[in-house]
Amino acid sequence: MSLCAAAFFASPVYAAAPAFAPAIVYDFGGKFDRSFNQSASEGAEKFKKETGIAFREFEISNPAQREQALTQLARRGATIIVAVGFTQASAVEKVAKQFPAVKFTIIDATVDLPNVQSVNFREQESSFLCGMAAALVSKIGKIGFVGGMDIPLIRKFALGYVEGAKFVNPKIEILQNMTGTTPAAWGDPTKGAELAKSQFGRGADVIFHAAGATGIGVMQAAKDAGRLSIGCDSNQNYLHSGGVLTSAVKAVNVAVHKTFLDAKNGSWKPGVIALGLAEDGVGYALDEHNRKLITPEIEARLNQARADIVSGKIKVSEYKAQ
Amino acid sequence: MSAPGTLPRWAELGLLPVINLVAALLISGVVIMLLGESPVAAFKLMAAGSVGTQEGIGYTLYYATNFIFTGLAVAVAYHAGLFNIGAEGQAYIGGLGTALVCLWLGAWPFWAVLPLAVLAGAGFGAVWAFIPAYLQAKRGSHIVITTIMFNFIAASLMTYLLVNVLIKPGQQSPESREFSVNAWMPSATDVLARVGVGFAATPLNLAFGFALGAAVLVWLLVWRTRWGYALRVAGENPAAAVFAGIAPPRVIIGAMLLSGALAGGLGLNELMGSQHRILMDFPSGAGFVGIAVALMGRNHPAGIIVAAVLFGALYQGGSQLSFDMPKINRDMVVVIQGLVILLCGAMENVFKAPLAKLWHGCLARDPKPTGGTPAPR
Amino acid sequence: MSDDARSATAPGRNSGGAAGAARAPALELRAIDKRFGAVQANRAISFSVAAGSIHGLIGENGAGKSTLMNIIYGFHRADSGEILVHGRKVDITSPQAAIAAGIGMVHQHFMLVENFTVLENVVLGVEGGALLAGGLTAARRELEKLARDYGLAVPLDSMISELSVGLQQRVEILKALYRGAEILILDEPTAVLAPQEADQLFKMLGRLREQGKAVILGTHKLREIMAITDRVTVMRQGAVVAEVMTKETSPRGLAEKMVGRAVLMQVDKCPATPGAALLSVTDLEVRDRLGVPRVKGVSFELRAGEIVGVAGVAGNGQSELLEALAGIRAPSRGEIRLGGRELVREQLDARARRALGLAHVPEDRLRLGVVASFSAEANAMLGYHDRPRYGRGLFLDGVASFAGCEAKMKEFDVRPAQPALRISAFSGGNQQKLVLAREIDADPTVLLVGQPTRGVDIGAIEFIHRRLIALRDAGKALLVVSVELDEILGLADRILVMNGGEIMGELARAEATEEKIGLMMAGVRGEGGA
Repeated sequence: MSLCAAAFFASPVYAAAPAFAPAIVYDFGGKFDRSFNQSASEGAEKFKKETGIAFREFEISNPAQREQALTQLARRGATIIVAVGFTQASAVEKVAKQFPAVKFTIIDATVDLPNVQSVNFREQESSFLCGMAAALVSKIGKIGFVGGMDIPLIRKFALGYVEGAKFVNPKIEILQNMTGTTPAAWGDPTKGAELAKSQFGRGADVIFHAAGATGIGVMQAAKDAGRLSIGCDSNQNYLHSGGVLTSAVKAVNVAVHKTFLDAKNGSWKPGVIALGLAEDGVGYALDEHNRKLITPEIEARLNQARADIVSGKIKVSEYKAQ
Repeated sequence: MSAPGTLPRWAELGLLPVINLVAALLISGVVIMLLGESPVAAFKLMAAGSVGTQEGIGYTLYYATNFIFTGLAVAVAYHAGLFNIGAEGQAYIGGLGTALVCLWLGAWPFWAVLPLAVLAGAGFGAVWAFIPAYLQAKRGSHIVITTIMFNFIAASLMTYLLVNVLIKPGQQSPESREFSVNAWMPSATDVLARVGVGFAATPLNLAFGFALGAAVLVWLLVWRTRWGYALRVAGENPAAAVFAGIAPPRVIIGAMLLSGALAGGLGLNELMGSQHRILMDFPSGAGFVGIAVALMGRNHPAGIIVAAVLFGALYQGGSQLSFDMPKINRDMVVVIQGLVILLCGAMENVFKAPLAKLWHGCLARDPKPTGGTPAPR
Repeated sequence: MSDDARSATAPGRNSGGAAGAARAPALELRAIDKRFGAVQANRAISFSVAAGSIHGLIGENGAGKSTLMNIIYGFHRADSGEILVHGRKVDITSPQAAIAAGIGMVHQHFMLVENFTVLENVVLGVEGGALLAGGLTAARRELEKLARDYGLAVPLDSMISELSVGLQQRVEILKALYRGAEILILDEPTAVLAPQEADQLFKMLGRLREQGKAVILGTHKLREIMAITDRVTVMRQGAVVAEVMTKETSPRGLAEKMVGRAVLMQVDKCPATPGAALLSVTDLEVRDRLGVPRVKGVSFELRAGEIVGVAGVAGNGQSELLEALAGIRAPSRGEIRLGGRELVREQLDARARRALGLAHVPEDRLRLGVVASFSAEANAMLGYHDRPRYGRGLFLDGVASFAGCEAKMKEFDVRPAQPALRISAFSGGNQQKLVLAREIDADPTVLLVGQPTRGVDIGAIEFIHRRLIALRDAGKALLVVSVELDEILGLADRILVMNGGEIMGELARAEATEEKIGLMMAGVRGEGGA
């Protein structure tokens, strides 16, 4: 034990390990959440497949483990660590200071340190387009939104969605529900289905979910009711072909994959990266599963709006905590 | 003296839990083997990760601190005949009290912040426990139901406060700004450094001392005071309490206030000691683990400390395990923890009867050569 | 399984040669030994029970009766010795084996499922097939026949929870008979019964005897042994000390054998010299949880230096009266005056009443009087734990409570005199002595005593009675509630008889006879009625 202790104190920073060693830390949802963390995991797996370089990974199960996991990965010679999710921001800030030679990339939050890259997405922009699409197909002018927890990130989705819908139809009514107040809200398809049924019952045509695995229930309920849903984070159109209007895609997988590649090639840079429609970091999904739902007229309007957002003609508000 | 099926006290308190633990690990070992990993290597990793290094010990005791607080909370209520499922919510709200003091008065010197933070944590936790206690005492609403409901209410309230009120402006994550350094609980590393002992940097902090102090306090209160006597009478036999002139409603309320206050201590460790901010869902299940800890510790403070350290080791060892053996993910670690709870808590007496048989068998064999009485068995 | 059990011991097989000379006894025990750790619970017990007889097994609590009965029924295994049924050696390893051998047992605490019907309870475990309905119909026929044969009428479709204790016991007996019992063991069967119910039980046992069954009656009540048994085995400290024909012995003789020394069956006392009224009760009404009045407008006074006995069949409001006086149950109407205070209006709880000098030895010791899982020491201060003598300030003084308990144990001869021992490890008599010691120790002016000797052995009964009379002679006022008429007649100076929640009449001891009291207990109002 004393030997180990000595090792700890001798040089907590021996990250000058020569080999390239990528690592990734997922948050509470875990890497099989069919959503955000899973998308990150897919990006990492893709990198591994292409380069043959293995990566270390860890799933958090309590708050104290965030810092512990980052520290251990850094100490064991990881050269680039991707921290998935805004909840890891404070842990990244703390650990990055202790290991200045290790590169950190945080997704969905900003940490201002010389060895940290912050990747943020402008979810409001894709949500805006989804809101427009919903408003365009809605026959009675009533659409729905089901969020996971009432947290800033989800309000960001909701706000963009509402603005997009009102852009098309200023009188449109938007029903909004949050699933719960504990992290269980991200993995409760039953509750998601109940909320969706309730919104359909009140007349909604289309429901957009931003609720992780809970959204699976929302989409199932839409199919059962013969109405439409909008997927989130990854392209979920295939889940119910012809029943999913579109998906608000967030290219976390692309970001993770690119981070690893850049770090390997030496082109990784610290700083803040914001990915929106212009960078193809977010978007709405159009494929054979929803081709019939998105008519050429709708597609034309969405593409016009997309161009206007990119050019700055349309300003989409970003939710900010006061 | 002893009837069949009974064991000497040392065996009941010492040997039986060890046998239960070994059984739980054996079953876990089989599962680990099915996953294609070596159980021996896995357990070695867990042991080394939890108690084999300074860092492991630090994390183990840090987790244990949370479990001591919540375990004591559950135990105090248990002695009053109440099953407090709400330690989670009480810890959450208690932490709010602690955090508010640290946020508002963080500029004050530590010696001034600390007592206020302790009082606020205990006070907020106690208030949260008071409502279910009052409903049970005066309206007969079952405390199991109300405390569960209050966990949800606490979560809703805290989500609202963290997202709308306490959140650091312009930030995604629903958590407050960092406490001023004055409001940080001194870490074990700093405390030990002051007496010239080096210790690895871990979240272990002075709150561990508070937890041990709380255990002593609970022992004194429950077993050495008139109030504790009344509490235990009311818990064991409410009718006899009325006979003795002890009002069960008052006991219920008093016990739950103490229970909630103890759960509220969790914020000292988690917020003041480790995160230095208040964040969403920081108790992360410690309130429920407290039930298992109290059960395993036989609702006695000494037992609770031992059980809390064991659970701390399982947590820390488990995270090392999933770190170093990717096949054993965090869900597998939960399975191992669940098996320990099952065998040491819920099914603690499974091995009692066979062990007692063995024990009495040995006793019966002893006098045989000398006494000459034919033993039929 | 039930079919096998019944056919193996079908009545026809054994009732054939009624007067066969070589006929073996129904049950024979040979040199049964049983040891629990250091305690020899049974030592070389031998006796036999003939078919068509009732065999008494008497002894004080802790003499080893229950252990022996549990060995016969397979709950415990003997360390050595033999059990023969109808002359054949049997190995009884479990209650199932006992049932198969034709042995049935009725426990002191019934083994019935409260929310099942009588029929369902009887067939429980011997349903005879997966389809319940068919089995139930057959069982109903069988049970109706049994009920006719033995005079054991029970409403087969009533829930157990709706039945009186006496009827529940009848269900237990039916259960045993349905399983083909030829030998029936009853452990303290009258402990839970009112006198009339006990009489009915004895009548039933008489019918069983006529039908050729062998009955073993374990009890510590001499009167029952004298009333119903043919032979009696007396046990003391795990061994048989005597076996006699009942008609050749006397209660006093049996009592001396049980206790091992001469005992006084009746405690002598001088006439009372009542003083001022210490407790007065006016128009007291007590309702139960459902709002049904249990005590209906009761008024009486309790004077210094007298024992007032409250007689009545169990369940006629005595318990509620006692609890209302003690402050455990709130009356719905009326006044209770003690030491210049009116307890009902002021809503004084048990603790406040103790402070005014009112002590209470409750009827139901295990429910109210003690906390079963606590040590004797902790129980010895129940109700008095906030008194200065037991501690300082908030804290309890372990030395003081230990010493206090030790002193009480010494004075009241509580055995074993170990304050640290769990109260549940003591016999009923010793528990009662400790409770009495605790309540007397506080030097009350008024003492309420419910069933002073329920579940208490003979040696302790005499002791408790003597202490109660000594208190009276010291100028205290005592209210004694008992369902044992002998006890009321032996202790009381004045007797109140309750029926249906009312006081039917008041009798001075001198004018009280069993007949007069019995009439009032049955609801005939006496001249002194309130």
